[in-house]
Amino acid sequence: MAASGLWLPLLLAAALAGRAAALWPWPQYIQTSEAHYAIFPHDFQFRYHSSSAAQPGCSVLDEAFQRYRDLLFSSRAWYPPEPTRKLHALEKNSLVVLVVTPGCNQLPSLESLENYTLTINDDHCFLLSETVWGALRGLETFSQLVWRSPEGMFLINKTEIEDFPRFSHRGLLLDTSRHYLPLTTIMDTLDAMAYNKFNVFHWHLVDDSSFPYDSYTFPELTRKGSYNPATHIYTAQDVKMVIEYARLRGIRVLAEFDTPGHTLSWGPGVPGLLTPCYSGSHPSGTFGPVNPILNSTYEFMSSFFLEVSSVFPDFYLHLGGDEVDFTCWKSNPDIQNFMKEKGFGSDFKQLESYYIQTLLNIVSAYDKGYVVWQEVFDNKVKVRPDTIIQVWREEMPVHYVKEMELITKAGFRALLSAPWYLNHITYGPDWSEIYMVEPLEFKGSPQQKALVIGGEACMWGEYVDSTNLAPRLWPRAGAVAERLWSNKLVTNLDSAFKRLTQFRCELLRRGVQAQPLNVGYCEQEFEQT
Amino acid sequence: YHGYIFNLDKSQRGPAKRNSAVELKQLLVSIVLDSECDLYPNVTSDESYSLVVKAPVAFLKANRVWGALRGLETFSQLIYQDSYGTFTINECNIIDSPRFPHRGILIDTARHFLPIKSILETLDAMAFNKFNVLHWHIVDDQSFPYQSVTFPELSNKGSYSLSHVYTPTDVHTVIEYARLRGIRVIPEFDSPGHTQSWGKGQKNLLTPCYNGHKQSETFGPINPILNSTYSFLSQLFKEVSAVFPDQFIHLGGDEVEFKCWESNPEIRDFMKWKGFGEDYKKLESFYVQKVLDIASTVNKGAIVWQEVFDDHVKLQPGTIVQVWKFQSYSEEQAQVTAAGFPVILSAPWYLDWISYGQDWKGYYKVDPLDFSGSPEQKKLVMGGEACLWGEYVDATNLTPRLWPRASAIGERLWSHSDVKDLEDAYNRLTVHRCRMVSRGIAAEPLYTGYCNH
Repeated sequence: MAASGLWLPLLLAAALAGRAAALWPWPQYIQTSEAHYAIFPHDFQFRYHSSSAAQPGCSVLDEAFQRYRDLLFSSRAWYPPEPTRKLHALEKNSLVVLVVTPGCNQLPSLESLENYTLTINDDHCFLLSETVWGALRGLETFSQLVWRSPEGMFLINKTEIEDFPRFSHRGLLLDTSRHYLPLTTIMDTLDAMAYNKFNVFHWHLVDDSSFPYDSYTFPELTRKGSYNPATHIYTAQDVKMVIEYARLRGIRVLAEFDTPGHTLSWGPGVPGLLTPCYSGSHPSGTFGPVNPILNSTYEFMSSFFLEVSSVFPDFYLHLGGDEVDFTCWKSNPDIQNFMKEKGFGSDFKQLESYYIQTLLNIVSAYDKGYVVWQEVFDNKVKVRPDTIIQVWREEMPVHYVKEMELITKAGFRALLSAPWYLNHITYGPDWSEIYMVEPLEFKGSPQQKALVIGGEACMWGEYVDSTNLAPRLWPRAGAVAERLWSNKLVTNLDSAFKRLTQFRCELLRRGVQAQPLNVGYCEQEFEQT
Repeated sequence: YHGYIFNLDKSQRGPAKRNSAVELKQLLVSIVLDSECDLYPNVTSDESYSLVVKAPVAFLKANRVWGALRGLETFSQLIYQDSYGTFTINECNIIDSPRFPHRGILIDTARHFLPIKSILETLDAMAFNKFNVLHWHIVDDQSFPYQSVTFPELSNKGSYSLSHVYTPTDVHTVIEYARLRGIRVIPEFDSPGHTQSWGKGQKNLLTPCYNGHKQSETFGPINPILNSTYSFLSQLFKEVSAVFPDQFIHLGGDEVEFKCWESNPEIRDFMKWKGFGEDYKKLESFYVQKVLDIASTVNKGAIVWQEVFDDHVKLQPGTIVQVWKFQSYSEEQAQVTAAGFPVILSAPWYLDWISYGQDWKGYYKVDPLDFSGSPEQKKLVMGGEACLWGEYVDATNLTPRLWPRASAIGERLWSHSDVKDLEDAYNRLTVHRCRMVSRGIAAEPLYTGYCNH
């Protein structure tokens, strides 16, 4: 990679140079000039270098080549003028792609290398990457470098890019429990994520409100827990499709099955799973979190997570663990007895701990790593050292910056989400606050800072479904995407505003229903198809 | 309405065989008085109707077509599918008419251009909610998309681009589409402020600002001291009054910044000559009065923003004042009506002010007559408008931002003041929202839940 001292002046120089302006997120190192080359769609090809480990037949790149062809050359609503075949001084008729390490049929992982270089000069039009995942990132950048002259000619400037992500976990959370999201909505989101170089889809599949995940081990969960088992579910087929769709875009699917709280919808399908709440000495008829004192609970979890572990191939599973309400547990006499037996006193955090530890052991045995919400750490649950803690609370129990410090000090890896709750809407351009968050802005040693593996923008579903998801997500989530990919020093708001505004128009052109940042216009406005 | 009622997903179609239940065969629609079918709706249009649903023929009776339209919408909302999928309607007897005659939605096509499709879709949704006024804030500082036949340079130079323009055909399409839904289209050509884009195509219209003795190359509001200004405005409004058939035109008059006028030496001279002293509100008044006279000359009634009243402009009786400033808006309503002017309320209903959570409840709780005043004063409240200013809104997010939040306002302006139970409203509004979605309006959810499709 480029020596850290060199690129900054080049970065600034590039910011001033010509048309490569709508790059999002901004690359680590870029040098460009006014010199440019023509591209003719009917002649242009994406090609594999003869020495590339990836060759025709590599589904990830074969598909990507086709996708990027379409994105570049077959604009949906444009009827571009047929560019007259003037003899152009310099023409590029291919982008040659060289991938060093084989691995086309694999899944992306937290450790995947996403670096790439793009060299576009008189002699080359060349994309070099370590892995196919890096090639995908490079293809996206390439697609953002191509621009059109007023006469309609496709052009690309002489450019040199060396790029890699600052953080390796750059995620987006969608909540399909509060509102069911149709598959097309999920796939559209994955497309837009790829344009922004997001690489983790955190799928918060189930929660109190509904259980749309179609379990084959426990079909009653879905039949009784979904909003409508005929229409509002994700079948095994659906899940497979999402995972593959994501894989082809270099996106990992991190599935979350949140327990012991947030589980009301599990109750109807698995009688006895949830804690019966008591009103004095009688059951009140309502239910609380998962019942942590029954063996049947852990038998269920064993079987359920065996299924989940095999359906979701990523190494990590998200096990939730947030917002466990102790009121119901407190009210239940059997649980009170258990607490006495175990010597937990009246400290229900110990009971919560007991549950989660047992669950984590179950999941570990299936050879999975796990991510949990910060309560698990805050409540001092004993977790494996390689657990990832997701920070979501802004002020409690401490400010999130402090929380990041505490987590990394204790040696755990951290994911930042607290300042990136995109479901919290307000009037005005809030993208800039989102953008100016610095994930490593806490007191800590370099070793601690290295434990921050990235972050996630969260779009909780209480007030969101497919009618308003896309405009609420984009381009605001883009601010998070750049913060997680680009260099720490890329913080100039004016430049970001200009680029993000242009990028938003490009998103529109690509069919993403991204809302405006501020007053203005795009050449092609959004029209519902 | 046949399409809205029956054109559902095939999977939801009922059994082909009729079961033994009683069948409603017809909805008979009768207009009692002169239908007004070929006319444009206005603020006094009769929107009342009665609906009797009883087998085999349901009966919708209205004085005018406008009432029939409202009745058809209601009828379409009474029909549901039972658990077998059979289209069903309960027997009922409805007598209905709106509490307020002016129930509007403001759209802003200057901050962001809205493609015609988006405007037409909004008109459909408005009809589903019995809104009857489209307040089209068509031009402003940022762009001038209205293509004027008299002054083509206004949009040639002032629009965002030549494809971000409303041609005369576009405008006519909107007006007719609205009329067929009983919706009035009131255009707003806001001046003297909010006019930066006008200066691009009309030289010498805007006031040149000064930095000391030198022109600063920036421009302020319309220049109120030149005769050419008024001759331009006369011609423009003559055209506008012919293009837009509604009896009323909105003249704006809000947020006039005085600094540029103060800096301009010719204007300072004019102020001396007129004896206005240092009171630029008098100059503003001078301008607005002349524009109001122009409006009368072309036989239009005028609607203005509240500043025009607040700054003591001499208004003709019948000029409608739109109250938009949130602070002390009830007092403002009291003052305007005490002075004898009709009011349109918008202050608590700025839908562009989004926030997290169920803000529809706040809109629903507003009572437009909740101010101190006599019954005569209260009668001057014509209704209200939900405003969706366009700084952060365009066709990508307009529909979910408008609906169903504006629906809460729709009920507040139509229904009786006693209809205010939030829980009942929530239950009905969630169903109404799903209905809008099934009719192709991407209305966002009120809260966690789902629609049956």
